[in-house]
Amino acid sequence: MSGISQEDVAHLANLARISIPVDELGHYAKQLDAILNAVAEVSSLDTENVAAMSHPVPMTNVFREDIPGVSLTAEQALSGAPAVEDDKFRVPRILDEE
Amino acid sequence: MSDLIKKDASELAGLVASGEVSAVEVAQAHLDRIAAVDRAVHAFLHVDTKGALASAAAVDAKVKAGEKLSVLAGVPLGLKDILATNGLPTTCGSKVLDGWIPPYDATVVTKLREAGIVILGKTNMDEFAMGSSTEHSAFGPTHNPWDLERIPGGSGGGSSACVSSFEAPLAIGTDTGGSIRQPAAVTGSVGVKPTYGGVSRYGIVALASSLDQAGPCARNVLDTAMLHSVIAGHDPMDSTSINSPVPDVIAAAKRADIKGMKVGIVKELGGEGYQAGVRTRFEESVALIESLGAEVVEVSCPSFPAALAAYYLILPSEASSNLAKFDGIRFGNRVGDDGTKSVEQVMSETRAAGFGPEVTRRIILGTYALSAGYYDAYYGQAQKVRTLIKQDFDAAFAKVDVLISPTAPTTAFKIGEKLDDPLAMYLNDVATIPVNMAGLPGMSLPIGLAPEDNLPVGLQIIAPAMADDRLYNVGAAIERELLAKWGGPILGLAPELAGA
Repeated sequence: MSGISQEDVAHLANLARISIPVDELGHYAKQLDAILNAVAEVSSLDTENVAAMSHPVPMTNVFREDIPGVSLTAEQALSGAPAVEDDKFRVPRILDEE
Repeated sequence: MSDLIKKDASELAGLVASGEVSAVEVAQAHLDRIAAVDRAVHAFLHVDTKGALASAAAVDAKVKAGEKLSVLAGVPLGLKDILATNGLPTTCGSKVLDGWIPPYDATVVTKLREAGIVILGKTNMDEFAMGSSTEHSAFGPTHNPWDLERIPGGSGGGSSACVSSFEAPLAIGTDTGGSIRQPAAVTGSVGVKPTYGGVSRYGIVALASSLDQAGPCARNVLDTAMLHSVIAGHDPMDSTSINSPVPDVIAAAKRADIKGMKVGIVKELGGEGYQAGVRTRFEESVALIESLGAEVVEVSCPSFPAALAAYYLILPSEASSNLAKFDGIRFGNRVGDDGTKSVEQVMSETRAAGFGPEVTRRIILGTYALSAGYYDAYYGQAQKVRTLIKQDFDAAFAKVDVLISPTAPTTAFKIGEKLDDPLAMYLNDVATIPVNMAGLPGMSLPIGLAPEDNLPVGLQIIAPAMADDRLYNVGAAIERELLAKWGGPILGLAPELAGA
């Protein structure tokens, strides 16, 4: 079930929003292929009637009382932002022109 | 070199509380030590001289005023650079967060500050805690004080190295697959990964949320227990935090009596693939445990051989999601925003410039494992294996009180040796990973030096969830006998560092 090509790596890198230089795709593909071959071992066990476990502590719906507490000021929340304008995060354009 | 740096945390706390030595003197002695040796060790990414001396002075003021102090007040500590610290840089060993100053403290940090523990600075780590050697730090590797050409373990190599090089008697680490225990093992120090949910994760930058757990590092079992007691407990800010009393780990460390206990050797965590000297010291520990009146039996956990594979699907999957927030929009660095590029392009350039190769590999692996068409075969299957691992532990703990194994298959390897071979690197955590998968507490305790290379070997002790106290009882019992045999702490055998 494994087998990962340079094209796959380029596609996944795009999904993960990491621009990997074309000349490094081959190296990543080779390493990821080796890792995928190794992790395929998870299929070696019989899990026919085994439930999936997402978490070591089974808990659901952990609520607190709906009481407003102290939170960060706008200034604090923006203190680490790379770009700020009018008390807001300034972002690069999100729509194509036209 | 000041005598203060060689003292145990418990002893330093006593000296400070009695007024015999000031907390400022203690902090200064450790800051001097860092200035002398950290150029060679590189355990710290950031030293907070001013903040450390100020919090030490606050402890001294309390001593003068006759106020009651907490157990470790005035004792210095190194903090892994993955815990958010208000006003202090927090990089996670990554360029993407270089220069970021969090506007709040992690709950663990709040507890340390309230206890009067003096935070000396932030310790080095593999980028976003991905690694077993601290070589994946964007700011250069940390060196093992036993041999500066070797790795101090990882991801918390800065924390283990600062403790074992006498730069700090205490440190905080985080452990997702062994990042407290394996560094402890290869540096001759003690490290504990508490029960999942035993210590708050609020303010700790998440790697794999279902596996991550912060814990104490120190040079002996009692100091580790004292630090554990300071940081543990329920936190409403972490919905996975367990709301039940913290086991009395300090009392357990003082009890140190294992007569009549049942100890299980995990058959699958040992033997082939483990270095000869690691096996030798492990076998000696087994004999020692028996001589203390405990019964030792072998138990089998048949699904453990698949744990590493399951872990390297679950961890990258969770990490690929958790690390999506490092996109150069709300914090950290932004690259390529020249006014012409789209937000996607800027994010992609920011992340490419900010993440090192291991982080990139794991994000892509996780993205793949969670993709439509592969989800069931990889992530879904890994979660089922996780259930089997937990069932193996449950069956084992129906028969025994604690489980033991070597902590790591080898002693510290040379820097650079495994850097470009991810699979070889991953094998370091083969014995520690099952513990995280089931959310159990585990300790690494130094049990001697491997005869072939004179480097430290660690014993892993594993207990059922919320029975963290058993680790300290067993660890302290073994430690007492070994100290008598060695004539003092194992770190006394480490070479003196140049500049000291």
